[in-house]
Amino acid sequence: MTISREDIEKVAVLARIRLDEEQIPALENDLGNILSLVDQLSAADTDSVEPLAHPLDAVQRLRTDDVTETNQREAFQAIAPATEDGLYLVPRVIE
Amino acid sequence: MQWDIVIGLEIHVQLATKTKIFSGSSTAFGAEPNTQASAVDLAMPGTLPVPNEQAFRYAVMFGLAVNAEIGRRSVFDRKNYFYPDLPKGYQTTQLDHPIVGPGFVDVDLADGSSKRVRIHHAHLEEDAGKSLHEDFHGMTGIDLNRAGTPLIEIVTEPDMNSAEEAVAFAKKLHSLVSSIGICDGDMSQGSLRFDVNISLKRKGSDELGTRTETKNLNSFRFMEQAIAHEVERQMDILEDGGRIIQETRLYNGERDESRSMRSKEEANDYRYFPCPDLLPVVIDDAFIESARDLLPELPDERKARFKKRYGLNDYDARLLSDDARMATFFEETASHGKDAKLAANWVLGEFSARLNADDKTVVQAPITGKQLGQLVARIADNTVSSSGAKKVFEALWNGDGGNADAIIEAQGLKQVSDTGALEQMVDEVLAGMPDQVAQYQQETDPKKQKKMLGGFMGPLMKASKGQGNPKLFNEILLKKLNH
Amino acid sequence: MHNKSVAELSRELESGKISSVELTREFLDRIKAEDGQYNSFITVTEDKAMADAKAADEQRAAGQASVWTGVPFAHKDIFCTNGVATTAGSKMLANFVPPYDATVTANFRAAGAVCLGKTNMDEFAMGSSNESSFFGPVTNPWGLSNGQKRVPGGSSGGSAAAIAARLVPAATATDTGGSIRQPAALCGVTGLKPTYGRVSRYGMIAFASSLDQGGTMARTAEDNALMLNVMAGFDPKDSTCVDRAVPDYTATLNEPLKGLRIGLPKEYFSDQLNPAMEQQVRNAVKEYEKLGATVKEVSLPHAKLAIAAYYVIAPAEASANLSRFDGVRYGYRCEDPQDLNDLYTRTRAEGFGGEVKRRILVGTYALSAGYFDAYYLKAQKVRRLIQQDFINAFKEVDVLMSPVSPSPAFVQGEKTSDPVTMYLEDIFTIAVNLAGVPAMSVPAGFVDGLPVGLQIIGNYFEEARLLNAAHQFQQVTDWHQKLPQ
Repeated sequence: MTISREDIEKVAVLARIRLDEEQIPALENDLGNILSLVDQLSAADTDSVEPLAHPLDAVQRLRTDDVTETNQREAFQAIAPATEDGLYLVPRVIE
Repeated sequence: MQWDIVIGLEIHVQLATKTKIFSGSSTAFGAEPNTQASAVDLAMPGTLPVPNEQAFRYAVMFGLAVNAEIGRRSVFDRKNYFYPDLPKGYQTTQLDHPIVGPGFVDVDLADGSSKRVRIHHAHLEEDAGKSLHEDFHGMTGIDLNRAGTPLIEIVTEPDMNSAEEAVAFAKKLHSLVSSIGICDGDMSQGSLRFDVNISLKRKGSDELGTRTETKNLNSFRFMEQAIAHEVERQMDILEDGGRIIQETRLYNGERDESRSMRSKEEANDYRYFPCPDLLPVVIDDAFIESARDLLPELPDERKARFKKRYGLNDYDARLLSDDARMATFFEETASHGKDAKLAANWVLGEFSARLNADDKTVVQAPITGKQLGQLVARIADNTVSSSGAKKVFEALWNGDGGNADAIIEAQGLKQVSDTGALEQMVDEVLAGMPDQVAQYQQETDPKKQKKMLGGFMGPLMKASKGQGNPKLFNEILLKKLNH
Repeated sequence: MHNKSVAELSRELESGKISSVELTREFLDRIKAEDGQYNSFITVTEDKAMADAKAADEQRAAGQASVWTGVPFAHKDIFCTNGVATTAGSKMLANFVPPYDATVTANFRAAGAVCLGKTNMDEFAMGSSNESSFFGPVTNPWGLSNGQKRVPGGSSGGSAAAIAARLVPAATATDTGGSIRQPAALCGVTGLKPTYGRVSRYGMIAFASSLDQGGTMARTAEDNALMLNVMAGFDPKDSTCVDRAVPDYTATLNEPLKGLRIGLPKEYFSDQLNPAMEQQVRNAVKEYEKLGATVKEVSLPHAKLAIAAYYVIAPAEASANLSRFDGVRYGYRCEDPQDLNDLYTRTRAEGFGGEVKRRILVGTYALSAGYFDAYYLKAQKVRRLIQQDFINAFKEVDVLMSPVSPSPAFVQGEKTSDPVTMYLEDIFTIAVNLAGVPAMSVPAGFVDGLPVGLQIIGNYFEEARLLNAAHQFQQVTDWHQKLPQ
């Protein structure tokens, strides 16, 4: 299995990771090797097999609708990169 | 060329739970920014979601209200995309196994016909935060109080064929989710948000056209305008031989214009996969039955009952049953008013007109159903004339003097129904109008006679100070004049 | 004192022979003196530890001590600690000080244990050698004498090295594909990865949610039992945490092993295994036979697919789990972002290291349109086959035994050039995570002066049986007591 430069650029955009031009050849090689390893999966006969998402066959517990959280804005925003008037700041979002 | 309009809706309904779908943070509206954003809501490292039972209960109630299958085993998926109002970098939603399966809603249209709109499914998901675009030195501010508020996203089949149908459906849905108590229904705060999918196809053709999605319409008026606008836009393109591009559009209601949003579909590949932090939610019969027990009477059921029990016509029954609070008011009026049809007339007539005039909702009305019912009872038993009743209503509305009987008494509005007293008045009035009596008696055309009869009523009402029962006056007059 | 186990230290404290303040001081001094050569700690919380030790002594004086009161230990730097930097070995979180505790952290706090600091790890637990840490590699205390610096294994390499070097008697760890067992084996200490869902994941920074499990590391099986007593149990904050009674794991340590049925998965004694290592493992199994156990060969026919399935599922989950590191609410943010996209792409390019980025890209690819069925769905189906292998095996035997790693600790830098070579370090450990069963690594000998680990795998929730088997082995062997030169 090989992965093309275009594929790598596409997934990097989806994953929001900037790649420099010189990183791409090594990634083509590494990701290609990883995908070759992964391609062993195609050998398995899984026709009648249900996918397993979780090791334990458990069902979800539900929480009662009670307010348990208190305002901790100060503590949370003390570790934030940029805030003002209680808001998190990011570069201008254009809709 | 003739075109058929094809409309499907996606409706985001904020559920009226006390806390968020995956954390114990309050969902109360109007708090200071980020004061209702907990570690889980902020996607702090290591934090994990635990779903809110009430959100499931509300979703099941909705499912039951739209005659839908309930998803016995629903699964949360992650929808991956980056946006500053989405703290985890994915939205937790339900893709393949939603909590509510196929159902339907019947919608009454203005021409008296009924339209069935099929629900494709409804799924639970979390709301995003809000981006505030005021200028913070060229930056955008992010408030995550809304992040994690539970939503059901309701997806309809493309069953609507006009703006009128779409709006009628939207109003019905709004009334439904409000009346079963799963949503506060406050559209100005975004509690319900409509996305409209619109396409055109050649009249009679089976081939669907390319659709566009107009997002986030939060009033019925804008929705109607946006549909009209988009239909016209598409029609212009198609008539000119152009092609519709599948895209998401943003409608500006103030300017009645729309534009394409950054081509969302193109750039995004949401990479849905089952959320490994959550397990399948299994809904059993007991849960469904307990949700069913919480359902109040639904508007459709109520309408049928009103027709049967109160003998109302279809139109009145619908107007009175759509809104639960209006329905309750009517039933209170009817129970004290002796005559249900008369009660319906008063609730839909004088009372509704007055609400509109004062820009009030039913719950804000200064009079109760019982007070109006007591008045209706007095109209029904002829104690007060309808013109007198309007005065009583006015007094009740203004809060003067308690109940109808007290006001009738105080303002001397009691109708005279004593036949002897009325006969005496008729005799006196007729004695003072010999020419008119003679004219009447010489007239052979019954239509003209009937008209002339009205000429005696004015003086009679004057003589009785407005308190004579007009029906009895009429009977006595006829008797005397035809003598 | 630093050579004593947790159980022994607890008894010393109880008898009054030493105070927690003295004990804590001793370990802190050792860290100060020795950790320069191992780099096993990212953060040492000296002041906090001394204050906690003092409080523990007061609590003991008031007659309210439990087993852990005043006993020093350390947390892998993946568990959030209120008010103490929690980095996950990443530049992304280099300055992250959470205002909340992980459930595991809170449990140890409540037990009165004294946390000395946070141990080094592979970045976001992605690695098998502790070389992907932003805070530099950890050096294995073993094998230093021949002049080569060897890896401690990973991702919990800091915890394993610190215990081996006697800088701390016990440390928490996590295991997603072998991250407790492999470093425990390479450093000659005892480690336990519990059943998935046995220990809360709340506040444990996620790598792959359906595989991650917090666990224990110490020199003895008994100490592992004492740790698990604190860590295991239901947590309403973790939906995947199991509501099931927690036994006293120390209560059954001394059960005799007579009749214990041991299975040796033939797939785990393959030609990928270093023959000298195999000999050590087989010798250990012979000890068990002497203790009355029976041994038979079993098969895990799909085990060979475990690495392939893992390297789809783990990166896929990680690609979403690590999306929250976006420079908006906490953690690293790039300098002077030009626009929103620049903020995201540069923050993540600069904040994540190479291995983390590779896995995010692989996971993103595996989930992207057109590949989901071939990769993710297929891997989940194979995962079920692997789970079924274990279910079948445990119909025949009580525990499985195998090597932990294919070779002993390797030299730093030896496997960093090719990610796949590094991934193969976990060929014997990964299937356990896919199935969710518990497993231990127990010191079982040496090859060329380097420790060898024996893997003992149990059925779901049979941690007590594993600890019992490990403890009995440690009563008749002293591999776990050996000191690095």
